[in-house]
Amino acid sequence: MIKVLFFARLQEEIGKESMEVEKAGVSVSDLKKWLAATHHLPHMTQTMAAINENYANDDDIVNEGDTIAFIPPVSGG
Amino acid sequence: MADDLFAVTDKPVSIGEITQKVIRPECGAVTTFTGTVRELTNGKRTLSLEYHAYKSMAVKMLEQIGQEIQEKWPDTLAAITHRTGHLQISDIAVVIAVSSPHRKAAYEANQYAIERIKEIVPIWKKEHWADGTKWVGDQLETTAYPQGKPPKGDAL
Repeated sequence: MIKVLFFARLQEEIGKESMEVEKAGVSVSDLKKWLAATHHLPHMTQTMAAINENYANDDDIVNEGDTIAFIPPVSGG
Repeated sequence: MADDLFAVTDKPVSIGEITQKVIRPECGAVTTFTGTVRELTNGKRTLSLEYHAYKSMAVKMLEQIGQEIQEKWPDTLAAITHRTGHLQISDIAVVIAVSSPHRKAAYEANQYAIERIKEIVPIWKKEHWADGTKWVGDQLETTAYPQGKPPKGDAL
């Protein structure tokens, strides 16, 4: 089980802050593609990802128990 | 001490309080940057706005900016607090204070901090306009994130 967090526009598009999925072992990019396809999220390719609060690369693997956050372009400051 | 220097809060931010965190005997210069809510952006009137944060990671990224500043300007000390929640025009959104023995490093490090905040800190601004709302992104026009993650700390 991995925990997926959504923020900002992405959170509104999917209609929830988080979800748990049985996708341990998948790469960040494959998880993005799966979420985009199954939840109709058109902006996943413009989204960064962080695994356990560290920015991740698209080919990083999400392991059992990890928390992955999808981070749309940030606009703080 | 580090967790006190870098914070994300839903309470009003005091410029004086953040500045006091970095004042110390060995410094002769303190720069303070204050980011406030702007009413007009490209002619469009903002009524109010909301900042949302991935708070735990945002604090961690602010601490990382602090470390980057320490490496680039070793004699400086930085403190950053970013506000979240619903803000009105002219409310303070972010305060960055940097102290150093001499002014140059304090100015440079302070500018570096705000540029990095706009790159790596997971905080989002939602604009409330008269005709609707919108999540703002892409302030640096790097929407596509070709590497899937933000740029490394070599700005400026």
